Amino acid sequence: MEKNRLRSILESLLFISGEPLSLERIAQIVQGVEKKLIKETLEELAQEYMEKDRGLRIAEVAGGYQLESAKENAEYIARLIKTRPLRLTKPSLETLAIIAYRQPITRQEVDQIRGVDSSGVIKTLLEYEFIQIMGRKDVPGRPLIYGTTKRFLEFFRLKSLSDLPGLEEFYAQVESATAQEQNLFGSQYQEREGVDSQNLEPDSKETNEPNSPESGSEEPEK
Amino acid sequence: MELEIFEGPLDLLLYLIRKNELDIYDIPINLIVQQYMQYLDMMKALNLEVAGEFLVMAATLSHIKSRLLLPKPEEQAEEEDPRKELVQRLLEYQRFKEAALALVSRDQAGKEVFVRGFDEEGVKKLASEVKVERLEIEEVGLFQLIDAFQELIKRRELQEIKRVMVERIRVVDKISQILEKLKEKEVLGFEELFEASKSRIELIVSFLALLELIRLQVVRAFQPSNFARIQIKRAVQVEDEKFNPEFVLSLVQKDKEGNGGEE
Repeated sequence: MEKNRLRSILESLLFISGEPLSLERIAQIVQGVEKKLIKETLEELAQEYMEKDRGLRIAEVAGGYQLESAKENAEYIARLIKTRPLRLTKPSLETLAIIAYRQPITRQEVDQIRGVDSSGVIKTLLEYEFIQIMGRKDVPGRPLIYGTTKRFLEFFRLKSLSDLPGLEEFYAQVESATAQEQNLFGSQYQEREGVDSQNLEPDSKETNEPNSPESGSEEPEK
Repeated sequence: MELEIFEGPLDLLLYLIRKNELDIYDIPINLIVQQYMQYLDMMKALNLEVAGEFLVMAATLSHIKSRLLLPKPEEQAEEEDPRKELVQRLLEYQRFKEAALALVSRDQAGKEVFVRGFDEEGVKKLASEVKVERLEIEEVGLFQLIDAFQELIKRRELQEIKRVMVERIRVVDKISQILEKLKEKEVLGFEELFEASKSRIELIVSFLALLELIRLQVVRAFQPSNFARIQIKRAVQVEDEKFNPEFVLSLVQKDKEGNGGEE
C-alpha cells in the first residue's frame, strides 16, 4: 500500500474511533500492512500535526493511539462542551497514586500506607472507574485486590503504567520487602466496560502471567 | 463532622514536621507528642469527629516516647531507634503524596486535552464528572485551617468579644451566609468569613460551616504564597446547583442521616 494512502486511512480511523487504537487493532483493520510500518506512519502523522501547529495531536495513550485536541485550545473547547468539574479530593488522589504504583493492592494495604480507613475513597475511585477489582488476594480472608483501569490511563494521558511519572526513582527509593507481591506489571488491563465485581472467580486474575503493559490494552476481538 | 475527607494522623505529623522545620530523621518526640495532642484536643473542642486512627497514633507516639526515656542497657547499645518504623512510614507516605502531585500535574482528558466521543456515555462521564483540579502547594489543609482559626480566636478575644447570649446558631445558617458572601465575591479572605460573628460559639459555628463547604467541594481554601493569608474561593459557578444554599443544605442533611445524625 502506498504510504500516503496508509496515512490517510490511519487518520480517518483515529478520527472516527475516538478511543485509543492499538497497533494490533489497526493491523487487523488495515490488513496486510506490517505493524512496524503502521507505527512509523502514525509517528510521521503525529509529527506533521505538531510541526504544522494543527489543532489536533496524536497521543500514545493506554496502549494505543488517540486523536486529541491541542492543549493550547483547551479554553475554547471547554466553552463548547460545558462541563461541571467535580474535583477529586486530595485523599482520593493520594489513594489513587498508591493504587497506581502498588497494584495489585488490597484495601488493608492502602490503609496501612495512609494511616486511615480508605473504604470511602476507594468506593469513589471505583465509581469513577479509575480503579477496578482485580480479584482476591490469596491470604486469609481473601481480601479484594485493586488495580487501575484503562480509563485511568486515558484520563491522565499515560501510555502505560510504566509511563507513570517518576516510576523508576520511586521504586529505587521504596525498598519494599514485599516486592514480589507488588509486582506492578503483573496486573493486566483486560477490563471491559464496567467490571462485574459480583462475578469474580476468586483466584482468576492473580495468577496471570505478567504481561507487559504495552500490550495491555488489546481487546479480545473476534 | 467526618474527617475522612480531610487528613489523617500521618498528615498531621507531616504537617507538624514541616511547620516546625524538623528533621524527619531526627524527630524530637516530646515536642511532637505535645503538639499532636494539642491538635487532637482542638479537634475535639471543635466537635470534629476524631477518627480512631488519630488515637492509635497518639498511643504509638506515647509508646515511642516512653521507650526513648528508658535507659539503654550497655550491651544493647545497638538497639534500634524506636522512631525508625514511624519515620519509614512517614517517608513512604510522603513519597505517595509527591506521586499524587506528579500525577495530577499531567495533562488530563477533558481539561487540557479533549478527545472525541463526548456524546458517548463513557467518555462523557470521563470528561464531565471528574475533573482533577491541580493540587498545588497553595491548597490549604485542615490543620492549617485550624491554626488560622486559633489565631483568629486569640485576636478576637483580645478585642473582647461581647459575651452576648446568642440564640442557637446553626451550621446551616452560617453556610447560607458564607454562600451569600461568595455570591458577590469569588474570593474572600479567611477573616472576612468571621466578621459578623459576635461570640466564640458563633466563630466556631462559622468555622464548622467553612469545613463543611470545603468537604462538599463548594469552596476551596488556598494560600496565594507561603505565609500569605488564607483565602476562600468559590469552587463552583454561581449558577451551579451546588452553589445553591438549599442544595448544599440537603447534602449536609443527607450525610447527617447517613451518619446516624450527630451534632
